[in-house]
Amino acid sequence: MPLLEIKNLHVSVEGRQILNGLDLTVNKGEVHAIMGPNGSGKSTLAHVMAGKPGYEATQGQILLDGEEVLTTQPDERAAKGLFLAFQYPMEIPGVATITFLRTAMNAQRKKRGQPEFTVPEFQKRLNEVAGKLEIDREMLRRGVNVGFSGGEKKRNEILQMALLEPKLCVLDETDSGLDIDALKIVSEGVNRLRSPERAMVVITHYQRLLSHIVPDVVHVLSRGRIVRTGGKELALELEAKGYAQYQDEAALAS
Amino acid sequence: MTAEVRAIKTPAELALAEAYTAAKPKLPGDGKVIALREAAFRRFDAQGLPNRRVEEWKYTDLRALMREAKPIAGLPDAAAKARAKSAGSLIGDIDVRRIVFVDGAFVPELSDLKNLSPGLTIGSMAQALASGDPLVAAHLGKVAAADDSAVALNTALMRDGAVIRVAAGSTVELPIHLVFVAAAEQSASMFTRSLVVIEKGARAMLVESHEGATAAEHQVNTALELVVGDDAYVDHIKITSGKSPVVHVSSLMVTIGARARFNDFSYTTGNAVVRNQLFLQFDGAGALAGIRGASLLNGRQHADVTLVADHKAGGCQSREVFKAVLDGQSRSVFQGKIIVRPKAQKTDARMLSNALLLSDEAETDTKPELEIFADDVQCGHGATSGALDDGLKFYLMARGIPESEAESLLVQAFVGEAVEGIEHAGLRDALMVNVAEWLKARAG
Ligand SMILES: Nc1ncnc2c1ncn2[C@@H]1O[C@H](COP(=O)(O)OP(=O)(O)OP(=O)(O)O)[C@@H](O)[C@H]1O
Ligand SMILES: [Mg+2]
Repeated sequence: MPLLEIKNLHVSVEGRQILNGLDLTVNKGEVHAIMGPNGSGKSTLAHVMAGKPGYEATQGQILLDGEEVLTTQPDERAAKGLFLAFQYPMEIPGVATITFLRTAMNAQRKKRGQPEFTVPEFQKRLNEVAGKLEIDREMLRRGVNVGFSGGEKKRNEILQMALLEPKLCVLDETDSGLDIDALKIVSEGVNRLRSPERAMVVITHYQRLLSHIVPDVVHVLSRGRIVRTGGKELALELEAKGYAQYQDEAALAS
Repeated sequence: MTAEVRAIKTPAELALAEAYTAAKPKLPGDGKVIALREAAFRRFDAQGLPNRRVEEWKYTDLRALMREAKPIAGLPDAAAKARAKSAGSLIGDIDVRRIVFVDGAFVPELSDLKNLSPGLTIGSMAQALASGDPLVAAHLGKVAAADDSAVALNTALMRDGAVIRVAAGSTVELPIHLVFVAAAEQSASMFTRSLVVIEKGARAMLVESHEGATAAEHQVNTALELVVGDDAYVDHIKITSGKSPVVHVSSLMVTIGARARFNDFSYTTGNAVVRNQLFLQFDGAGALAGIRGASLLNGRQHADVTLVADHKAGGCQSREVFKAVLDGQSRSVFQGKIIVRPKAQKTDARMLSNALLLSDEAETDTKPELEIFADDVQCGHGATSGALDDGLKFYLMARGIPESEAESLLVQAFVGEAVEGIEHAGLRDALMVNVAEWLKARAG
């Protein structure tokens, strides 16, 4: 059984249809890249998977481990192992990052029937993971993402991902805003999580990220549907030729 | 026909007049105190109970909220004192010196007056009035005096309270905890009046707890006059909590001396109706004041913060931050007025009020006012009201945090922005624990 199966997904936002008949199947152990022009619906796909309010699936299914998730709350999806690294992580003043992380981790464990982490247990895990991602301890005491630079916010998303150990990681332009060194650190963080039990969907505009996180499959999303699927060489082709031909194809199809 | 509309007295106002006449001979104080009471009562009698025609009371119409005036509380019996024992526990296990008032009367056996640190004196207002205490004679009714009929009524009927003095240059390490408990079985009215004088360069922290210990509909009118001397450093925290259906009117009158620091916090979760009025007067140059507060309300609770910060001297800085969290059909009022007198150049005053509406039926009224008569000043105010941010809630939920817990985290963060202004870490923590408990009770 595939880990993720999206069938004929139609999504509208504020009455406007953004995704129209999207299909995507991701198996355990695989890394899929999704590329596509601005406004083609990549973040919309990520958001509807995570359960963002206001994103209405008018048709189709999203199956995680064979179970429909569209009818469930975002926190239930997270507990089932879905994780979205946001394109634009939000700032939450007044909620210390460390409190946020522990609350999230224990809430998921509780929902899965696992024992909650004690403070020292949690601290130990956090120190390990934060250390590898070169995230400063002082930053963790601040409000979630408050005063973080763009790159630090992205790194914080990967920190959360590494702590929560999801089954399916969806990364929405995690590379944007990262400098060359940070890109390497973050990619290594993501690669450490690659495992036969886990899958990843990596949304990006740039081949550069995909040379660090090498995908098994590359998809082109245009005007709300997948218009082409290929191997990792497809990313190189896109880098050379751009999206012009796909936009025409999508226009013809819709 | 020109009709001179004379307000007809309400039953409550008539009852208060009768109560005053009957109580007069028994109230503490003679000579000057009697004259003070008489003048105050005449002021009250002319104005009546505060009502919506009075601009400052427009959102909290006491005339409508007090259909009747409860009889003045008698001295507390043993049962009332027993009920008062656990009052004030919201502050957790921080070390304090506890001074207890039950039904408006000082209770020595529940209070700790031992080993007062050098420079600190604590007494009861009843005694001070009866004995003609010079400190009281010098200050009572004169500290940031406001023309307000609730204060006038308090002055007319004041019976007891605390009289505290911290001598110049003394530091009182142990916070002084004034616990006011309305513990009578039958509904009653209570009038407490306190005077606190922190002299030049002295330092002290004062915590007031006000709560009801029964299901009676008490009417509490409490007032505190506080003198913050030049170079003094004073923290004052007032907590109004508990499930009792009390109507609570509180007046804080403060004068702030030159280069002094004054940190005030009002925390309100309890009672049916709470009016916290704060009259601050900056008398000396270069003072720093942080005036903050948070109200957490549900059901049909009503809480009103009305603040007047009167900058009479220059170069003072004031920061006002008030937060209200409203659930059910509750209502919050924030009225904040900053006055900058012509001589108060280089005043830096900033006022912020935020209301968080957790229910569609909750309501908030905000009225910020600036009256600026000096030209070289920095003054501003901001007010917001709204529901929790859905985007932030989604972000938390996307990490596996259930909706109610996500809401709690966001509410705690919201209240925390005001609470973090309290310097005492233990008290800060205690209030945040109480916020968490309030949220838990809300989630059911
Ligand atoms: N909340 C919203 N309200 C209205 N329109 C929206 C909303 N969210 C997305 N859209 C629209 O949906 C379309 C797809 O947006 P989406 O963010 O999914 O694109 P994207 O592929 O992620 O683009 P980018 O590469 O720029 O990140 C865009 O035209 C966008 O304006
Ligand atoms: Mg996007």
